[in-house]
Formats: sequence, structure tokens, C-alpha cells
Amino acid sequence: MFASILFVIFSIVLIGAALGVILARNPVHCALLLVLCFFNSAVIWLMLDAEFLGIVLVLVYVGAVMVLFLFVVMMLDIDTERFRKELAGYWPLAVAVAGFVVFAIINVIVVRNLGGADLKLAPALPPHYSNTRALGEVLFTRYAYPAQIAAVILLVASVAAIILTLRRRTGHKPQDIAAQVAVRAKDRVRLVKMASEKGP
Amino acid sequence: MITLTHVLALSGILFAIAVAGVFLNRKNVIVLLMCIELMLLAVNFNFVAFSRFNGDLGGQIFVFFILTVAAAEAAIGLAILVVLFRERRSIDVEDLDTLQG
Repeated sequence: MFASILFVIFSIVLIGAALGVILARNPVHCALLLVLCFFNSAVIWLMLDAEFLGIVLVLVYVGAVMVLFLFVVMMLDIDTERFRKELAGYWPLAVAVAGFVVFAIINVIVVRNLGGADLKLAPALPPHYSNTRALGEVLFTRYAYPAQIAAVILLVASVAAIILTLRRRTGHKPQDIAAQVAVRAKDRVRLVKMASEKGP
Repeated sequence: MITLTHVLALSGILFAIAVAGVFLNRKNVIVLLMCIELMLLAVNFNFVAFSRFNGDLGGQIFVFFILTVAAAEAAIGLAILVVLFRERRSIDVEDLDTLQG
């Protein structure tokens, strides 16, 4: 009962914050409301006994991705006044598509009853169950190679992000440290051997 | 008691809101990226719920990989956005019509 009340409260906050994300005019408000969404989702995942993923959501999304978003939003000086002007003429289409998505999902859940799958009650967990330990045991045995691929994807993404934003400025004169170190005395000083002059 | 139906309905509503957001925000690419993050979150909800109610940890592993790929996508997307803003001085979706010919 208590869990249900908590679930309803966090769901309502989550949906409200999601509506705020798409309706707020100021991108900074959007980003902060999205942070609220992630926190509420993390709490609901904790209630679904997915402790590790709940914590990872807060650490990775709130701690890294959303900070990146906020950083970019504040770095680009976008004039928010222009965005305030119009809510675009697309809102009937947006409401129609969103309504269709909700209708389709309600259809699957309620009318089709999930194809008759009997998934009403969550299976009980053993007494000293540790979600993190169980997840780790599966991740590093059955899913070891996918985990490696995920690591490579992250590496590629970070290299790509750096290469994309690398700015090669022209017209200024930077030091080339390698050239400075590699220089030899014979490149700079030319010793000329010449016969000494005869005195008058 | 939380049942699978509740979580699936919540994730469906969340996904619908995110889809509506993609249609509504024709002004700011950053908000579009945020809507995509919201969609991925809704999908992850389904995975976590089915994983819990099926008693199969594979779903949570998949959420882990989705989080990884989403983080990579956000990093590259924002990098492209910064380069775009440097080139065009604008991230308005309606300005990005060079390929229309």
C-alpha cells in the first residue's frame, strides 16, 4: 500500500517534469526538469528492485550527461526571446501522435492483456539478494563480449567528440615543441671555414 | 502493490510526451536531444519492469548497454551541435534546410 502511494506520487512528478521539459521555453529550465525526471525514474527503478541501474542513472545521467547538456546550453548564447515567440503550428499533430502512442500501448496492456502473459506478480527475491552482485555475475560471464563492445563504443565516442570540436586556428604562431626539441646545432649555426686575411 | 501494468502505462505516457516534444520543438535542437533522452528513459522503464516481473536479469543488462550508447550519442550529438553553432551561429531547426536544395 505504502509502495503504491509512493509509486503514484513519483509517477505524477515524473510526468509533470516530462511535460515541463517539452513545454518550457528556456532550455536551461528544460535541462533542470529533465534532471528531475531522471531522479524520479531512479527512485521508481529502486522500487522495482533495480538498485544498481537506479544509482547508475543518477551517476551517469545526472552527473555526466545532463552536466554536459547544461554546459552546452550555457556555452551557446541562444536568444531565448526568439523561442518564446511561437509554440509552432504543429501542436495538433503532436497531440494526435502522442494520443495514438498512448492508445496503442493501452490497447496492448488492457485490451489484449499483454497477449495473455501471466506477469502480474513479481517473483519473490531470495533473502540476501544483491542486485549489483547478480548483475555483475551475469555481465562478466554471459555478456562479457558485449561489455567490451560497449567500452569500445564509449572510446570511439569520446575520440569523435574531441576530433569534432577540435578547432584548428589559422593565422597565429604556436610553438612546435617537437621541432624545438629535435633541432640540432648544425641546423642553426653554420661554421664557415675561410682563410685568414693577410695583414696589409 | 506495483504491477507490470502500472509501469508499462507510465512508460507509455512518458514515451508519448517525448514524441509530442519532438513535434512541438521546432526551434531548438538541444531540446530535441533532450526529448530523445526522455524516449530512451521510457524504453528503459519497460526493460526494467519486464526484467523484474519475468525474473530475468537480461533486461537490466540491456538497460546498461542502452545507457552506454545513449551517453555516447549525447556526447557526439552535443559535439556536432557545438560545431554547427560555430558554423551557422544558430541551432534553430528551421534554419537547417541546406539539404532541401
